[in-house]
Amino acid sequence: MLDSLLAVGGLVLLRDSVEWEGRSLLKALVKKAALRGEQVHVLGCEVSEEEFREGLGADANSRLLYHDLFRDPLSWSEPGTAVPGGPLGALRAMCRKTGPSPATVALDSLSWLLFHIPCVTLCQALHALSQQSVHPGDNSPVEKVCVLGLLHEELLGPGPMGALSTLAHTEVTLSGKTGRTSASILYRRPQQRAAQQTWWFSVLPDFSLDLHEQLPLPSELRPGPHTTQVDPTTHLTFNLHLSKKEREARDSLTLPFQFSSEKQQALLHPVLGQKTGRIFYEPDAFDDVDPEDPDDDLDI
Amino acid sequence: MFPELNNLLSTTPDRPEQGKLTLLCDAKTDGSFLVHHFLSFYLKANCKVCFVALVQSFSHYNIVGQKLGVSLTAARERGQLVFLEGLKSSADILFHAQDQEPHPLQFLREASAGNLQSLYEFVQATLNPVDSGETAWKYPVLLVDNLSVLLSLGVGPVAVLDFMQYCRATVCCELKGNIVALVHDNSDAEDEESNILLNGLSHQSHLILRAEGLATGFCKDVHGQLSILWRRSSQPTAQRDRSLTYQYKIQDKNVSFFAKGMSSAVL
Repeated sequence: MLDSLLAVGGLVLLRDSVEWEGRSLLKALVKKAALRGEQVHVLGCEVSEEEFREGLGADANSRLLYHDLFRDPLSWSEPGTAVPGGPLGALRAMCRKTGPSPATVALDSLSWLLFHIPCVTLCQALHALSQQSVHPGDNSPVEKVCVLGLLHEELLGPGPMGALSTLAHTEVTLSGKTGRTSASILYRRPQQRAAQQTWWFSVLPDFSLDLHEQLPLPSELRPGPHTTQVDPTTHLTFNLHLSKKEREARDSLTLPFQFSSEKQQALLHPVLGQKTGRIFYEPDAFDDVDPEDPDDDLDI
Repeated sequence: MFPELNNLLSTTPDRPEQGKLTLLCDAKTDGSFLVHHFLSFYLKANCKVCFVALVQSFSHYNIVGQKLGVSLTAARERGQLVFLEGLKSSADILFHAQDQEPHPLQFLREASAGNLQSLYEFVQATLNPVDSGETAWKYPVLLVDNLSVLLSLGVGPVAVLDFMQYCRATVCCELKGNIVALVHDNSDAEDEESNILLNGLSHQSHLILRAEGLATGFCKDVHGQLSILWRRSSQPTAQRDRSLTYQYKIQDKNVSFFAKGMSSAVL
């Protein structure tokens, strides 16, 4: 996963949040680039140099150039000793510092830079930084500098977010579930279709990556799923089964709202001109139909 | 300090962690009990404490501190506690003639939104170890109550974040001390500046303690809920951002913590 992120140059955005922090992934990328033999420049604004270098190993640290904007970015402590031009000057100086060999630039973090540099200026500087050709004036194919930018999602409005997304060739959004981190990568290479990939990973103490398979579904995480089918009618105190006779009797019942054919015909083909309704009487099996008129013996 | 909270955070005054930024935030409730806890904790841990108190007077903290077993007056006299009383100092700076040296709350005098450089220089001067043969304190601690007041006083969120960054560089990284700061969370009031400050500090913190009122409203026996989030541990995967949630009840001299739904009043 790290190789695919470092392969194409240009701006790579690492979007993290308070819950899913991205600095460990940034350090993993920096270490990978350094171990590949590249020169890595880090513009550190949010953590101290010791903290950033911690855990990267001696090899990687020897190829790492840390430009410290953490200790005294605004020249409060000793006026005149800090980087001239403030944060913007430091960023522009990075553009000039990358030498002839392939280089990677890590910006920790872009949110800090956005607080101190206007968004438009920052975007122009980033564009200049990422478009820089590695062999100027040479006939060999131009290799772009890879710029890794750490971005804190909650601190960013939709405007700057959109501007940075447009500049970026690759966007990595960090999230996760139940203690596992996932990186959703959107590749937006020029003249190619946008591609999306999701990786589940964890960063090991030496800042190498441990990739996981697709996160197991929560049901699989629970041990010993009950697969045996249990028949619910086995241990009941009442009888749910039907004997053959009972089944036949049940099938031969007529339902209460079942229409006789006479009534059905009368409903389907209503006779016009009939003012009053008609009564259809269907005697049940238990009805005692007596043809005699019960009112016959009345003496009226 | 509250012994139960020490257990939850796995710290003791004898061996506390160093170089950490602890963020206290409260939403829909008053989180100042956490400030009192940390103040008494670090005084008992024999640390030099610089307390920037912008909300309450010295006597308020002193009275609560006495209930928790520390005397702020004695600590101030022996030099362990440096107390910047914002309420009194602001009256001084606004109504008295300006001194030669800049006042920590100099930004109150400035018409436009200034920066907190003078406040930072006050903190730095206070906590830098002085080689004058005085008692060696363990390490310095900066306590701020609270940062949201600075936003209300007209300082921009970026200026407050810059101030906190400079304090971190000096207190946490250089002097290996700790910082504890309280920020109010008004997420339902759509306060953009407050959100920027809270989120910006959350990204820089090692430990976030968040006191919230109960979602169901006010209760006599459970005063709120405390979420604890550990971030940025030195080993990336050993303790992957642990988080715990407990409910609490504030008593006269103590705060009792219990798991959600396990209040003794309910059981």
